[in-house]
Amino acid sequence: MSDSENFPIDVFPETEEMDLRPGADSCYKCSACDTSCPVAEVDDDFPGPKFQGPEQWRLKRKEDTSVDESVMKCSNCMRCDGACPSGVPLSQMHNTARAEYVSEEMSMLSTEYWRNRILANYGTLARIGSKVPRLTNFVMGNSLVQQVNEKFLGITAEREFPEFATETFVEWFEKRGGSTVQSEDKRVAYFHGDYANYNTPEVAKALVRVFEHYGYEVAVPDQRCSGTPMFANGMMDDARRAAKFNVETFHNLVEDGYDIVCSCTSCSMALRQEYPELFTFDGTAEVAAHTYEALEYLRIYEDVEGDLKGAKPNFPNLAYHAPCHARNQGLDGQAVNLFSELDGLEVTDVGDSCSGISGTYGWKEENYDTSMKIGEEMFEHMEDAPGETGLTECPTCAMQMGHGSGYEIRHPLEVVESALVN
Amino acid sequence: MIESDVLVVGGGLAGGTAALSAAREGADVRLVSHKESTLRHASGLIDVLGYHDGTLLADPFSAVGDMPEGHPYERVGSAAVEAGLDLFDEVAGDLYAGSHTTKNALVPTHGGTVKPTARYPASVAPGLASDDGEMLLVGFETLTDFDAPLAADHLQNAGVPFEVRGVTARFPMLRADAKITRYAKVLDTDEKGIRSQLVEAIEPHLGDATRVGFPAVLGHDHPARVREALADALGADVFEVPSGPPSLPGMRLEDVLFAVLREAGVTIETGNPVVGFEASDGRIDHVAVKRTHQRVPYFADEFVLATGGLVGKGITTSREGVREPVFDLHVPHPENRYDWFEDEAFGDHPFARFGVAVDTDLRPLDGSGAVEYANLRAAGGVLGGADFAAEKSGSGISLATGRVAGRRAAQS
Repeated sequence: MSDSENFPIDVFPETEEMDLRPGADSCYKCSACDTSCPVAEVDDDFPGPKFQGPEQWRLKRKEDTSVDESVMKCSNCMRCDGACPSGVPLSQMHNTARAEYVSEEMSMLSTEYWRNRILANYGTLARIGSKVPRLTNFVMGNSLVQQVNEKFLGITAEREFPEFATETFVEWFEKRGGSTVQSEDKRVAYFHGDYANYNTPEVAKALVRVFEHYGYEVAVPDQRCSGTPMFANGMMDDARRAAKFNVETFHNLVEDGYDIVCSCTSCSMALRQEYPELFTFDGTAEVAAHTYEALEYLRIYEDVEGDLKGAKPNFPNLAYHAPCHARNQGLDGQAVNLFSELDGLEVTDVGDSCSGISGTYGWKEENYDTSMKIGEEMFEHMEDAPGETGLTECPTCAMQMGHGSGYEIRHPLEVVESALVN
Repeated sequence: MIESDVLVVGGGLAGGTAALSAAREGADVRLVSHKESTLRHASGLIDVLGYHDGTLLADPFSAVGDMPEGHPYERVGSAAVEAGLDLFDEVAGDLYAGSHTTKNALVPTHGGTVKPTARYPASVAPGLASDDGEMLLVGFETLTDFDAPLAADHLQNAGVPFEVRGVTARFPMLRADAKITRYAKVLDTDEKGIRSQLVEAIEPHLGDATRVGFPAVLGHDHPARVREALADALGADVFEVPSGPPSLPGMRLEDVLFAVLREAGVTIETGNPVVGFEASDGRIDHVAVKRTHQRVPYFADEFVLATGGLVGKGITTSREGVREPVFDLHVPHPENRYDWFEDEAFGDHPFARFGVAVDTDLRPLDGSGAVEYANLRAAGGVLGGADFAAEKSGSGISLATGRVAGRRAAQS
């Protein structure tokens, strides 16, 4: 027999289904992922990412084995991805296992299912709630409503719902007549997501002003939730619908020469990594390849580092927490580094621990205590850092930081806006 | 545009040492590491030279100066090895012991062998084989990497000058597949009085032992506090037996090293690999860092390559040959694959020495012996010429060459 007859051996024939076996086979069980998991460190019911990923993937290849319910304890922080020295696509495995668990094992009549679906589809609720922001804020801030939510839905009463802005970012953007800069060669499309639109429009406005300051035309197309909370809750059909809409919209803009920028690190993570891992719509790869976190984009294409040296933003000392999803994109040191030579304030990194909230995870009544336990280290470091204002890119990390410390939490783009614009 | 004076590729002991050394020379330094630091997998023992020509060395410096041409120690000289250790002592502070002597310490391992090493975590100190106190080794049913009775038998048979017994106990409270970080966390926080529960489980086995060794899970953030509490309650010294990977002593070392790096102003990025480079006129212009999909250029005046050896994937092999994947540097090796190894499992394998060859300035050399790039240096496991597993020289090489590469890069 000659070599050409035998090589290459067709071990994994072409299949329509996603085949994660090569990834599972790359796992040599070093357990690096397990030691980077913030949940396994505090939760005795969670067997860790190595089990949730490659081991469970192998187990469920047998027809009589279903996905273990412990996959719902995974907070989707994706730190295991950053730990694996062998390229095992752990978070992709968790996302697919979780989706299978929800569709095969979880009753659509259960409270848990509907609670998770409601949390995962926060954007839809926000769209309705923000039509009457003051009323919604009043109702959701009502402690009786919070008790009812906890008792009947399992949404913890410990947390205060984020307030809706009286004017959404998109309303503001349309009112001002869109981008004030027109440019053929410097153009970005802004993926603002739901939170910056409905809850923190000041962050979104800062992005627009900063990019316009650097001469960029900013497009703000109609868009859906990035899908992050849907992946995290195994609501893959909802995620697919949202992702499809976003990919179509943003792919068109990419073809017109736009790069995509995000102000939330979980949104940029979803577009860059999770979309191509989970979906195959036309344009998915192109959208992923043109997506950046906003400050990252400016670091690459503009001299934002030089411009910030010695600048004097109107901000107090800041305690910065790097979201896990920023860490996975290699962006965890970015803000502190960029802001290290600002005049008049100190920006302190509060360490590499996870904030513990991980999107919708810490909103669930059964996860609240675990979530606060994970966050303990961060709260302590915030306390030790100079100043009483927090800083982070992630909206839910910001909720957790505010919840645990009582601090007001700001976004790095707001600091850049204050330092450079006007 | 992303730029720095010095760019270090690799986040292990060599990369960290290079970055720190360059920053201390006043350079603006950026360190990029594909994944979290490989220190998380390291035993935490800092060996310099444990064996020479197959003989255990009492003093590593008795032979550091005798290494053959091309060995990393020969390239930098023994003064550089001492300076690397001095830097380490300063970084590690109270977390480590062993700096009081130039001699090797003998540390019992989880397999019951004795490893010669120059520096060791303070948590390991009471367990040294050179002391004569009676020893009890405690393993846990749920941590299968450490079989304490077996390790004790091995040690006793090796002729250690003390009585040693091993028992397997049940670690209270935790489920069978709890992670080592969970053990460390409950001990750090003394959750549900776990320390006393553990002491109660061990006490009946104590006998006349004056020191008790545990698997290395005794706390992550407060290891000294955990040991002290257990020792007070047991009335015996408490120590850790290093094992791994993954390894808490390695993680603790990562914590202190990276904290010192940040204090020194080093910018650290993990999560994205360096996948290519551009060079002109014999100099590296920039490297390409792959961020999910985009290849982002990172510019620097000087570069240090510290990506590790065959295990760390700083050196790769295929049927076609042996490669250095980032800069495609020349890696000397026999053309015939069957000459890469010896038939005996523990033979003197050529592959163990695979790595890039460098000049005395640690600049990689091409096949003709000429410097490949004037502004590129290499440090640590990616260097050829040393069989660090057989010599027990891995950490020393990383410290010595990391420091030299970092300083020279900053001074260039």
